[in-house]
Amino acid sequence: MEKMSRRSFFKGAGAVAAAVAVAPGCERPAPPRPPYSFFNADEASFVEAAVARLIPADETGPGALEAAVPTYLDRQLGGAWGGGERLYRSGPWQPGKPEQGYQLRFTPAELFRAAMRAIIEDLRATNRGSFAKLPAEDQDAYLRTLERESKDLGGVPSNIFFGSLLEMTIEGFFSDPVHGGNKDMVGWKLIGFPGAYANYYELVDQHGIAFKPPPMSLAQSAGDHAHPEPAPKRN
Amino acid sequence: MTTTRREVDAVLIGVGLVGTVLGRELTRAGLTVVGLERGRPRDTVPDFQGPKMHDELRYATRLELMQDTAQETLTFRHTVRDTALPMRRWASFLPGTGLGGSLVHWNGQTFRYQEDDFRQRSRLVERYGRGFIPADVTIRDWGVSAAELEPHFDRFEYLLGVSGKAGNLNGRKIPGGNVFEDPRSREYPTPPQKEPYGSAIFRKAAEDLGYHPYPQPSCNLSQPYTNPEGLSLRTCTFCGYCERFACEHFAKSSPQTVLLPVLLNDRNFELRTGCRVLRINVDQSRTVATGVTYVDAQGQEVEQRARLVILGAYALNNVRLLLLSQIGRPYDPTTGRGVVGSNYAYQTMSYPQVFYDESVNINPFMRSGANGTVISDFASDNFDHGPLGFIGGAYIGEIMTNGRPIGFHPVPPGTPAWGAAWKKAVVRHYNHTSTINVHGGSVATRQNYLDLDPTYKDAWGQPLLRMTFDFPENDIKMSAYVTRKAIEIGEAMGGRLVAGSPRKGPYDITEYQTTHNSGGTIMGTDPSTSVVNRYLQSWDVSNLFVIGASNYPQNACYNPTDTLGALAYWSADAIVTKYLKSPGPLIRR
Repeated sequence: MEKMSRRSFFKGAGAVAAAVAVAPGCERPAPPRPPYSFFNADEASFVEAAVARLIPADETGPGALEAAVPTYLDRQLGGAWGGGERLYRSGPWQPGKPEQGYQLRFTPAELFRAAMRAIIEDLRATNRGSFAKLPAEDQDAYLRTLERESKDLGGVPSNIFFGSLLEMTIEGFFSDPVHGGNKDMVGWKLIGFPGAYANYYELVDQHGIAFKPPPMSLAQSAGDHAHPEPAPKRN
Repeated sequence: MTTTRREVDAVLIGVGLVGTVLGRELTRAGLTVVGLERGRPRDTVPDFQGPKMHDELRYATRLELMQDTAQETLTFRHTVRDTALPMRRWASFLPGTGLGGSLVHWNGQTFRYQEDDFRQRSRLVERYGRGFIPADVTIRDWGVSAAELEPHFDRFEYLLGVSGKAGNLNGRKIPGGNVFEDPRSREYPTPPQKEPYGSAIFRKAAEDLGYHPYPQPSCNLSQPYTNPEGLSLRTCTFCGYCERFACEHFAKSSPQTVLLPVLLNDRNFELRTGCRVLRINVDQSRTVATGVTYVDAQGQEVEQRARLVILGAYALNNVRLLLLSQIGRPYDPTTGRGVVGSNYAYQTMSYPQVFYDESVNINPFMRSGANGTVISDFASDNFDHGPLGFIGGAYIGEIMTNGRPIGFHPVPPGTPAWGAAWKKAVVRHYNHTSTINVHGGSVATRQNYLDLDPTYKDAWGQPLLRMTFDFPENDIKMSAYVTRKAIEIGEAMGGRLVAGSPRKGPYDITEYQTTHNSGGTIMGTDPSTSVVNRYLQSWDVSNLFVIGASNYPQNACYNPTDTLGALAYWSADAIVTKYLKSPGPLIRR
């Protein structure tokens, strides 16, 4: 993928083949594309490449692409959240100060659609082809422009789109795998978060212990968490 | 078409903390009571059970347990010169909804406000002179003292089963407790929770600097407890899913765990959920409430007649409902006259972080909502403000509540926001960072207030509440001073780096700070500057009691729930022992 991470991966590695095998997502071939229900092919290509730059695979472990963050985004944007669940959507619509928060008419799904379409067209119009085919440095530079400027992306200021993309990428990387991202709990393994694990009563005063069980997802912990005491009687 | 329901003795608007306590006290006194709750019914079993409750995305990020902003939110601006715009999603604060109210998703931090808070104006004038309070600061005495409230604090804390350590038992100071607290009549119902690692480091550093650390009083219980109502709680497991979540373990005090089951069994009580009150009705004299009008779960308008109305919704909703009902004179910031909506205050937070070597495992996920160690050396008026040029203060503590990684992935200042460098920093610091809370109070000012928005409406066509607020200069100065003290403690905690800055303006509603909104229906002794008297009875409508953090004339630095519970019992006691014997104003205006 990028030169630096390839160098750091291969540095000192005795067997190149072994290094490739343990370098998840770092070299092509890319994993086969999962079926998306929200993203079209061009959007999927952009999102996959973009999240791979926001949280790249490197020597610390897999990145957002390997964690299936695009699948998380696809489900969120295609579901109730994307449709504006819990979003106050009455006008009048007027710009405010940044401290007054989001004031656009777009639902998250509309916001992503409009912005991705504008990005894809912008790259085509400037003869740069698709975002996914740009070298990593150019991808980063393009993302930085979105982040720092408020370019008009089909009515969406680019910094607002970038902020949403980054926020949701982090969500997809660290949320429970039942939501489609954090595949194999790679985000949790990376930092040592035990997940839905429920009881630290015996451990909390063992100060500074190294606690590294395999993390637990909601899907794994079938039934209720173990209760250390029986439920109190209620009439 | 409006259906009219037969008159009952009392109607409760909201069945959270206040509704549950008042419902219990009034039915116990023999009254027939109807509780109207806009949200849904819910209980520990089956609604709060694991494993689904341990879903950070659903509860902490998407805010499943909070008031639905698509239906009802509020508008916000910094000053009267700005146009208020709707908060299209919650962020800065998170009002809950549903049976049990915000006490389902709270952390359980259970502090008593101090006498210095209840008599803030008088005490400051006594100690520093009349000219010491800034001109635009409208802080007031509450009209009630810590000594008067003590039996009610005691009763509320024994209902909840609070885990803590007394620092002042009947005037005797006890090292290891909060030595700045006012006298309490007996020890906490249960001993403190276990002390997590970061808190233990904080305690030692604070002691070395000469401060007085104590365990944060917690409603995540340290041991099994059966309260005077006969309901039992269990030991908190430090699962790290507390604030913004409901407790699956019966280990967090909430209406469901400490009182609701008793109330719901009372034949004098009827709960109606899915019922949204549109207004409180008054008779032609506008001095007597006749009941309320609400929209039920089927969308039908219903008039519920009642001899007594208890308004006990979330603080902001209390203010809005009085304004919608045209009870009390709305506050006008240009003249300083009027009362409803005045003295809106918040809290002033900052969060220095201590970054450790990789050998120090903080284990942030082994935490409870209200665990941790704090000091009150810089709270309220516990330190000399004379040379400092501000009033009020903050408690400081290592009170981390969780290690849930969407919300918690600390990185040192200067780290890029994304990419390989960000990822490396997250991996490096996740398990090796301690967060200190500087939990500051908030003065009331002439310019910060609440009224009805002229433009934006809720799903029922009623005006949204409009908040006009920015951090007062006094509080910015306070935060600068106390945050510096917190950073000094952080530097004594043995980390590699301490980072953090005091709270600065302008107020930003896109960043979570606290759900400790206060004021707007303030209590007091003067009807020209308060909405309710010291028993929380409306000055204008004597059979209406308004109970909530909306009663606070300004906000102290502590978490508001314990004081609200004490006020609820204080008001209930006045209703039962005074008002019911002779209905009418308890204090002549």
